[in-house]
Amino acid sequence: MISKNLEEAKADVKSSLKEAQKHAEALFGSKGLTDPIPSVEDKWKLLPAFLKVKGLVKQHIDSFNYFINVDLEKIIKANERVKSDVDPHFYLKYTGIRVGAPERPDQEAMNKSYTPHECRLRDLTYSANIYVDVEYVRGRQIVRRKGVPIGRMPIMLRSSHCVLTGKNEMELAKMNECPLDPGGYFVVKGVEKVILVQEQMSKNRILVDVDRKGFVQAGVTSSTMERKSKTYVGTKHGKIYLKHNSISEDIPIVVALKAMGMQSDKEITQLVCGQDSKYIDKFSLNLEECSKMKIFTQQQALDYIGSKIKSPKRAFTTGIRRPPSEEALEVLATVVLAHVEVHDNNFRPKCIYVAVMTRRVVMAMLRGDLVDDRDYVGNKRLELAGQLLSLLFEDLFKKFNSDLKMNIDKVLKKPNRTQEFDVYSQLLIHGDHITAGFVRAISSGNWSLKRFKMERAGITQVLSRLSFISALGMMTRISSQFEKTRKVSGPRALQPSQWGMLCPSDTPEGEACGLVKNLALMTHITVDDEEEPLVKLAFILGVEDVSLLTGPELYLPDTFLVFLNGNILGITRHSKQFVAAFRRMRRAGRISEFVSIFISDHHNSVHISCDGGRICRPLIIVENGKSRVKSEHIVQLSAGKLAFDDFLRLGLIEYLDVNEESDSNIALYEREIIPQSTHVEIEPFTILGAVAGLIPYPHHNQSPRNTYQCAMGKQAIGAIGYNQFNRIDTLLYLMVYPQQPMVKTKTIEMIGYDKLPAGQNATVAVMSNSGYDIEDALVLNKASLDRGYGRCQVLRKYATLLRQYPNGSYDRLADPPVHPDDPSIVQDKFDVLDKDGIASVGERIKPGQVYINKQMPTNTSSDIGVNSRDPTANAYKNAPMSYKSAMEGYVDKVLMTTTENDQTLIKALIRQTRRPELGDKFSSRHGQKGVCGIIIQQEDMPFSDLGICPDVIMNPHGFPSRMTVGKMIELLAGKAGVLKGELQYGTAFGGSKVEDMSRILIENGFSYSGKDFVTSGVTGEPLSAYIYFGPVYYQKLKHMVMDKMHSRSRGPRAVLTRQPTEGRSRDGGLRLGEMERDCLIGYGASMLLLERLMISSDIFEIHVCEMCGLLGYAGWCQHCKSSKGMAKMQIPYACKLLFQELQSMNVIPRLQLENVF
Amino acid sequence: MVTQKDFKHNDIETLRSRVIVERDRVTSTASTDYPHNYPGLDLAFDLEKFKENFKVKINRLSKNEIEFDMVGIDAAIANAFRRILIAEVPTMAISQVFVMNNTSVVVDEVLAHRLGLIPILADPTKFDFKAKEETSTDINTIVLRLNIRCKRNPNASATETDPLKKYIHSTVYSGDLIWDPKGDQAEKFKDCPIKPVYDDIVIAKLRPGQEIDVEVHCEKGIGQDHAKWSPVATATYRLLPEILINGEIVGEDAVKFQSCFPEGVVDIVEENGVKKAKVVNPRKDTVSREVLRYPEFENKVKLTRVRDHFIFTIESVGSIEPQDLLVQAVQVLMDKCAQVKRALQATLQSD
Repeated sequence: MISKNLEEAKADVKSSLKEAQKHAEALFGSKGLTDPIPSVEDKWKLLPAFLKVKGLVKQHIDSFNYFINVDLEKIIKANERVKSDVDPHFYLKYTGIRVGAPERPDQEAMNKSYTPHECRLRDLTYSANIYVDVEYVRGRQIVRRKGVPIGRMPIMLRSSHCVLTGKNEMELAKMNECPLDPGGYFVVKGVEKVILVQEQMSKNRILVDVDRKGFVQAGVTSSTMERKSKTYVGTKHGKIYLKHNSISEDIPIVVALKAMGMQSDKEITQLVCGQDSKYIDKFSLNLEECSKMKIFTQQQALDYIGSKIKSPKRAFTTGIRRPPSEEALEVLATVVLAHVEVHDNNFRPKCIYVAVMTRRVVMAMLRGDLVDDRDYVGNKRLELAGQLLSLLFEDLFKKFNSDLKMNIDKVLKKPNRTQEFDVYSQLLIHGDHITAGFVRAISSGNWSLKRFKMERAGITQVLSRLSFISALGMMTRISSQFEKTRKVSGPRALQPSQWGMLCPSDTPEGEACGLVKNLALMTHITVDDEEEPLVKLAFILGVEDVSLLTGPELYLPDTFLVFLNGNILGITRHSKQFVAAFRRMRRAGRISEFVSIFISDHHNSVHISCDGGRICRPLIIVENGKSRVKSEHIVQLSAGKLAFDDFLRLGLIEYLDVNEESDSNIALYEREIIPQSTHVEIEPFTILGAVAGLIPYPHHNQSPRNTYQCAMGKQAIGAIGYNQFNRIDTLLYLMVYPQQPMVKTKTIEMIGYDKLPAGQNATVAVMSNSGYDIEDALVLNKASLDRGYGRCQVLRKYATLLRQYPNGSYDRLADPPVHPDDPSIVQDKFDVLDKDGIASVGERIKPGQVYINKQMPTNTSSDIGVNSRDPTANAYKNAPMSYKSAMEGYVDKVLMTTTENDQTLIKALIRQTRRPELGDKFSSRHGQKGVCGIIIQQEDMPFSDLGICPDVIMNPHGFPSRMTVGKMIELLAGKAGVLKGELQYGTAFGGSKVEDMSRILIENGFSYSGKDFVTSGVTGEPLSAYIYFGPVYYQKLKHMVMDKMHSRSRGPRAVLTRQPTEGRSRDGGLRLGEMERDCLIGYGASMLLLERLMISSDIFEIHVCEMCGLLGYAGWCQHCKSSKGMAKMQIPYACKLLFQELQSMNVIPRLQLENVF
Repeated sequence: MVTQKDFKHNDIETLRSRVIVERDRVTSTASTDYPHNYPGLDLAFDLEKFKENFKVKINRLSKNEIEFDMVGIDAAIANAFRRILIAEVPTMAISQVFVMNNTSVVVDEVLAHRLGLIPILADPTKFDFKAKEETSTDINTIVLRLNIRCKRNPNASATETDPLKKYIHSTVYSGDLIWDPKGDQAEKFKDCPIKPVYDDIVIAKLRPGQEIDVEVHCEKGIGQDHAKWSPVATATYRLLPEILINGEIVGEDAVKFQSCFPEGVVDIVEENGVKKAKVVNPRKDTVSREVLRYPEFENKVKLTRVRDHFIFTIESVGSIEPQDLLVQAVQVLMDKCAQVKRALQATLQSD
């Protein structure tokens, strides 16, 4: 019975299942319920398309282009008139500005156009003329001139004005430029300089904060073209005050509002608190205080504020003193919250702004969680080269104009001029100021702007050309303005809002940890955009003007305040629809794709932003639970029919900034889309930056290991650029046979690391061997080194100038000195010199040999007659440059050229080729560094059944504590790749699967685990363990023993103290420091101590007079005028020096001698 | 009925003569053939016995490679041959490069390094080692010259992009090294002129106007000093694998068993309509230990390797014929032994 029932039940279930399946078929076509949801394959192809137009270094270039093409004109317009105090009729007006093509500054050059590479070689600045169009008064007529050069602007490489833009590989090769070089930097005085991206708090936004004492305050950094200032609305003992730098005391908020014309207490209360009784209770205290102060009218309030205003300098210069209240009104209108503009004394918008700030404070006082997070990436702005240069240019331009004005005044002051005054000549004279200003700022990195009292150092850095990756990594670097010494962890911590925008792995260790960040792969940084169209659009879409509303209306439950770039625009009662409509306009391309809009539910507000410096990234739009990007789009993309911008135009993807991202529901994968989803990620691995993108399987590693690799990848020796052999850099490291990694990532292909790699695929055996592999040391195979593994070249530049001196004499080159008897004999020291006094190219140069035989005139200052025949006046002394290194080198290149100021410049490049030696540093791509501990003969190496012996043996103890599983998978994938004859992928959050790799291994007759049967090369018997054996990509790091090792027995001493010099470069001694001294004292090794501290250092024999205790000499005391009782003794020279220094200060140290024994 | 053995237990004969390949370790790796090591077994070395047991059989011989079995010898001796082959059989290789002119992108040191690694076809037995202080003579040095200048090909069409057609000598090959016979070398090596083993090794690439003009000196040396003197790409051996089946593996398991090994190792025979796995050629096994991963074959299969059966592979770089290599290696070992013998005799006599 029961069994029958069971059977029936089973049949039932089966039939119902069938029915369900039928149902499903009807719904989803032929697909079953359990079939995977189809997702768009190869979405990642959007990434290279993106990198073509944006990303990586494009933000630098975009920003610079914006500055040169748009911002310059704005700056000119803001400072367009130069007037004279002397002649009221005179004026000079700038009507236009334009930057020309990069040109050689030489006056008589035939072909003016030049390339960045010429600038690098000749120590020039890659720059172009700035031309302005002017209109000015000459006598009685108005003169217009076009194209007046006022200075030179350094040009960013690959920007719109650079000669390299739009050139194909062939043309770039002709210009000695690498097609993979990203550009985005400047060449100033021959040095490549990067203007680092600067991280700052956003401008013109209210930020509620709690200070150290626990008081809530809302602060705004107002930034306009004219000024930058900070305004706070903060609490003190429960009361709210307005704080500003130009006002010496905190002003009660109600007084401030009254001064701005809001005299009614009720109006104030409503504007701050709406109808909410809780807020009113909290706020009423302030009203009370104001009335206690007996301030009821605007005039009273202004008088009060006026008395607190710090006296501005203007009052003295103009001489006319205005009443304090007027001054207060002006300060409130123009200085306090400068970004909220006051037109025709209409303070209404500013009142509302202050009220909103106050409300935020009140809210935060009641609810602690409404305090803003300062470290939230959405509250940050990134300042790029363009913005920094525009600040600098405006400053320089203002200085230029004021200098010009002074000169004009000076000329116009003269009562009778012989010539009609033409300002044109003056314009040309001052050109150098702007040019020099730019060059100074970029080459020193000091941005000092008088206007904003800005004094920032370290804005620019020399582009590190250690490897391609280090150069690329530098272009994506973001430096923060925070002090490094502060001990707060907040700014250093990984912020969740960093996701996809800033790389979570790439940050330095140590003091700058977390403060220096790097951009992720798909990040873009916005530039400023026009506000007016957005204002119009907002009003069209139903925003009500804020000036027309009363307090209670502002804070109704469904009413949302609308902000545009931090300024209050108005309110909307249908926030969702409004935002949706706005976004629709953006997706349709009616407004810029970089405008962001989001709803803040905490503050019942809608924020629209179009300001520059916001971090944003593209995402795929999801509609009705489906990704808008379909497979056919990707097919078209692959076929080249669609570009990235077309995807934007079609509304398939859009840019979201951090704030809008936080207001969206973003699915990581297409299969994770839920009904609420608004977007889906393009590819998850884009959360990493370019440098972290090199790591295969980073998602299997312990996170600090990835961070270590990010630091080490920049020190790896490899190829630098296609033009590496044409460069003459101070120090260049090149690998002789670089290889692309067996296990690649998609990032590697996209940034071109496979074309400019820095490392080699070493066959690694993970085993213990010889005991010389402890502490991460590596065992290297000698035969591998013989065959070229890890071989690298070090090229060093040695440069000199042939100077011309004021007296007309100049340096010269001399041929090698001739032997008096036989002219064919050349001293060994001068052996490599050519007839021109410079080493010939290709010569092998030994330490101590001369490569530039320079001679300098003995007399460089006093005048020598032009026709003087006096040989002593023209005597030269030798100033040869000799090669100092531990290893012989080869003269690689010699360059002789002239600099900008016509001095002859000689550069010699000397090359060393090094094979790895004991102590050289290597690292895999997983933060696993190690030095070479021993080099073993090939026949001693263990070998596998196929006769393969490893290049590198790595100790397995490197694994358990480091947990770099990614490295193991890299080995496995690499081995599978080698066996199958194809490259494998280790892309983050994806890549070749271990299972597939194992299958390939099995198919090729290897163990699935990657472990091989290995025979010892020493005994010839099998090893009793299977050895993890396969290729791993190893990088050779720039730290090599040859550059570090140092020892000394005897050597140079410092002149003053006669103690040994310090440091390797001066062949210095190794110091026995105080702690070592303490040890010796503790041990009682007094004689050793004496030897180390005196005998081997600065021992000195003195003669002491036993009578007076002073030092004498040669057995004679000059003080006692006698030779009686003179004793000889040995003291450190430093001690003798001290006695004499004391004597020179009128302190007499006397020695009292006693017999010890 | 097939008897079931316990594969976990190893008898003395197995321990003595086999290396046991377990799932995650190798046991019995070291040779234990010493007198009095096992009770009742006299394992003292006996030349006659050795002569009887020792076998060398060539399996494969091609231009560059030889594979042979060496059976009945201790690992230490087999390994000595391997080590000598890699490091101590002398060859001729380029060791001095005199650069007259080199305007190519390959810098002098790298060029010299690349030249050094080119195998030279010259009989090293006909040359002497050259000591550092010795001057070069025709019995210790071979002189080769490389003088190449790249030019535009006047016959190439203007649109040609292939550098091989567009330019003349755009690639410098090892074949461009020209032997410059000194002394009686021309006579001595009449039958076998000295040249690089391969003519198509790329040394450098040139573009019009670039020139390489070097003179190179080859000297005799051994692999221990630099890998360029090693006569072999590699010399290696592996032990003969052995697959033992306990009982029978039948049916689907047999198919699976077969798939655990490379093709040709295991055959499936049908016996009374039942598929049965049979090991036919264990030599082909690569010891991937795949079979040990599956629980169904536990205690049914045992992998071992024959301790004194070496499958030797010598891969010559081409300067010495593969079949001559082992002979020369043996000669080196014999010379060494003779030297030791001499030294021993000298010490004995001096006492």
